[in-house]
Amino acid sequence: MDLQIALLLGQDGITNGAIYALLALALVLVFAVTRVIFIPQGEFVAFGALTLAALQAGKAPGTLWLLLGMGIAVAAIDLTLAVRRGTTRRIPGIVGWNIVYPALLAALLWLVKPASLPLLAQVLLALAVVVPLGPMIYRLAFQPLAEASVLVLLIVSVAVHLALVGLGLLFFGAEGSRTPAFSEGNLEIAGLTISGQTLWVVIASLALIVILYQLFERTLYGKALRATAINRVGARLMGISTVMAGKLSFLLAAAIGAFSGILIAPITTIYYDTGFLIGLKGFVGAIIGGLASYPVAAAGAVLVGLLEAFSSFYASAFKEVIVFTLIIPVLLWRSLTTRHVEEEE
Amino acid sequence: MSAGPILEVRDLCVAYGKVEALHHVSLQVEAGQIVTVIGPNGAGKTTLLSAIMGLLPRSRGDIAYLGHAASEIEIERMVAQGMTLVPESRALFGEMSVEDNLLLGAFMRHRLGHRDQAETMDRIFEIFPRLRERRDQLAGTLSGGERQMLAVGRALMAKPRLLLLDEPSLGLAPLIVREIFRIIADLKRTGVAVLLVEQNARAALQIADYGYVLETGEVAIEGPSEALEDDPRVIEAYLGLGGKH
Repeated sequence: MDLQIALLLGQDGITNGAIYALLALALVLVFAVTRVIFIPQGEFVAFGALTLAALQAGKAPGTLWLLLGMGIAVAAIDLTLAVRRGTTRRIPGIVGWNIVYPALLAALLWLVKPASLPLLAQVLLALAVVVPLGPMIYRLAFQPLAEASVLVLLIVSVAVHLALVGLGLLFFGAEGSRTPAFSEGNLEIAGLTISGQTLWVVIASLALIVILYQLFERTLYGKALRATAINRVGARLMGISTVMAGKLSFLLAAAIGAFSGILIAPITTIYYDTGFLIGLKGFVGAIIGGLASYPVAAAGAVLVGLLEAFSSFYASAFKEVIVFTLIIPVLLWRSLTTRHVEEEE
Repeated sequence: MSAGPILEVRDLCVAYGKVEALHHVSLQVEAGQIVTVIGPNGAGKTTLLSAIMGLLPRSRGDIAYLGHAASEIEIERMVAQGMTLVPESRALFGEMSVEDNLLLGAFMRHRLGHRDQAETMDRIFEIFPRLRERRDQLAGTLSGGERQMLAVGRALMAKPRLLLLDEPSLGLAPLIVREIFRIIADLKRTGVAVLLVEQNARAALQIADYGYVLETGEVAIEGPSEALEDDPRVIEAYLGLGGKH
């Protein structure tokens, strides 16, 4: 291997690592707040990319039907509960978010012909379709189980993952999609060509990480999420509802996932089931951070990206094996150095 | 606001599975009153507070707050209506700063549109000057007394009408206990009603207007604090030899 190849592989590794880092942060967030190991994280990556591709191809993305359907399901449950409990003041909010919003979005997509819009508008529309699915999934699958054990939540998480992969196949077919790059042209630095999209991925990921950091350090709702992660009972006693914290963390995770998918769609062909492997690599990063430390999880995810890039050069047939084998020494190190803490409650 | 009691518990029963922890407990807190519930470990004092706050479901009985008895008690609604609980564990956010802990105490007020958090925090720093000195420190690094001050200060950030305190003196040095109780007594002057659960019966009865003695899940004795302080049964079981005289 010469320097040129090493630099190329490094560039690849950092690009993928940046995406894995975003996913790892989302996984740590969701686990810390809700104790859910969010296996369907990867499906949001695929849904984000494929929804954007469908919009660009002038087709109605299947995720829109999912949004409409889940909205009706959520509204039916919440309206029944609101009537039974006499909390009628919640009805406008329930109808607004779960019925009116998806319907308006569907009408908008039908009216404006997204295929002819500029890329930024297409990206925003794709996010508008996919991101609300996060809190809806929390409402339907996890909110009724908020007091369940981590294992039960994990089982439900796997079920949701399988359901979403199946729906992905139904919506987008077995064909993969690739979207055009955000900007044409490459950057030439010291004889090394860096593609424009690589820069987009790295810069957008860094920007998103900074935004998330500010959110958790500076805003009251960000602090409320951290408080829920630190002491659930204490947070409830402050009036921070577990449901609100859960929905908010799923919203952020869905946004991060869908945005990651949109970022990498010009680099790799995304299939309906591609998200799972990408999500799992973020998961390896999150495990390196013990599902608790944001900086270590992000660094671990970048390490995963680099390891993957270099192993694809030396032993491309074994690249996934090598990446996932990394988890064994990490788990050993974790279980030998971490004091066992009883699950609180 | 209704003229009746701020909190009225009638015939409350709470069970953990088949084991009943509270049997037919009734008590009242009038607005601006300090009411104490004393009793030995395991008498059901914490269970009582948890049921009032909505942390635990009850098996029968009514809990009327501000004259309204809800069929299902939701913590968030209780907080929104000015009821705040300082649990025995303190439940602080250890990896966050003192200031952030206080800010989160006003989370519900912020949600309801109130924006007076800075003034409220200043007032709490006047009550607990130690917290001002340590405002940037992580809550987990505070001493036991400072933690209790932070827990009470955080609860006051919600500007409660009714403050539920679970064993505020637990594990604290006598000097700090005296300070905490002085502050609780001062709260009364600002119109806050307090339901104080304590094992330290002497200190609790000194500041309370009315008291209940809870034994194995039942109210054994109740009465105005002065009467309880003179009651031979209370003196023998909770105040020790010599009593207050």
